[in-house]
Amino acid sequence: MKLIVNGASLDIDQARTIEELLVELKLAGKGAIVELNQEILDKSQHAETRLANGDKVEIVHFVGGG
Amino acid sequence: MLKVGNYEFSSRLLLGTGKFPDFDIQKEAVKVSGTEILTFAVRRMNIFDPDQPNFLEKLDAENFTLLPNTAGAKTAEEAVRIAKLAKASGLCDMIKVEVIGDFKTLLPDPLETLRASEMLLEEGFTVLPYASDDVILAQKLEELGVHAIMPGASPIGSGLGIINPLNISLIIEQANIPVIVDAGIGSPADAAAAMELGADGVLLNSAVSGADDPVKMAQAMKLAIEAGRLGYEAGRIPKKRYASASSPLEGMSI
Repeated sequence: MKLIVNGASLDIDQARTIEELLVELKLAGKGAIVELNQEILDKSQHAETRLANGDKVEIVHFVGGG
Repeated sequence: MLKVGNYEFSSRLLLGTGKFPDFDIQKEAVKVSGTEILTFAVRRMNIFDPDQPNFLEKLDAENFTLLPNTAGAKTAEEAVRIAKLAKASGLCDMIKVEVIGDFKTLLPDPLETLRASEMLLEEGFTVLPYASDDVILAQKLEELGVHAIMPGASPIGSGLGIINPLNISLIIEQANIPVIVDAGIGSPADAAAAMELGADGVLLNSAVSGADDPVKMAQAMKLAIEAGRLGYEAGRIPKKRYASASSPLEGMSI
């Protein structure tokens, strides 16, 4: 499955949900906040939200700032 | 007590988390500052770096109230999106509205800030707009129902201190919500000056993170803000053009 993640084109092997995608990218448990096709997802939705070919995913987090 | 929306804080220092030399220094600086509110920015994760640290975990962020900012936004719509992303973390409902109008001075865009604040209030956020030190803009933001106003002392990261103390004091005088002086603080004297003007709090970042010794500066800022607040509450003496003797003029033996 092909996804656009943070602007980069990625070939995903296993992941079928947002939660699985975070695991595959080794970003699980790091405070990732996810937007799927411009819709912001609550953390509780990560496990149930399924991915489809061509989806645009934004993965953001908190960084230092004033 | 500093009361912002439904939140209450005993510290009047809000500390930014950007540009510290390393996590150990940052953690120590945060600790000695006594702050209860940490600000953050929202940015893309590096999806190709599985080793990146969890920033919040590194700072024990669960012990603090998180105040994410909308830095990077140039329009109200962009600010609202960033605010919603921050809220989706499930960790906070406060937002520092920061809509920059010019990337050389980093001065806030007053019209977009006003618009973003209105939209975010409708979404149920606790809204703290970073704004220019404009007295009328502060009125209009308060009329919208924002939970605190954060006028800039001077441009972000400039360390120039309070450029227009008259405006800041007029904003404080008219406000019925907390006024937190944000941006441009360079030294403890600047922070104390803001508090002596009657500010309810000070938000600073570079003044601490960029100091030669950030931990020592964090403590200096804590003390300056406490001293400034005490001085404000105590009520300073009026300024006069000529002297008034503090020793009695009668009973001299010469």
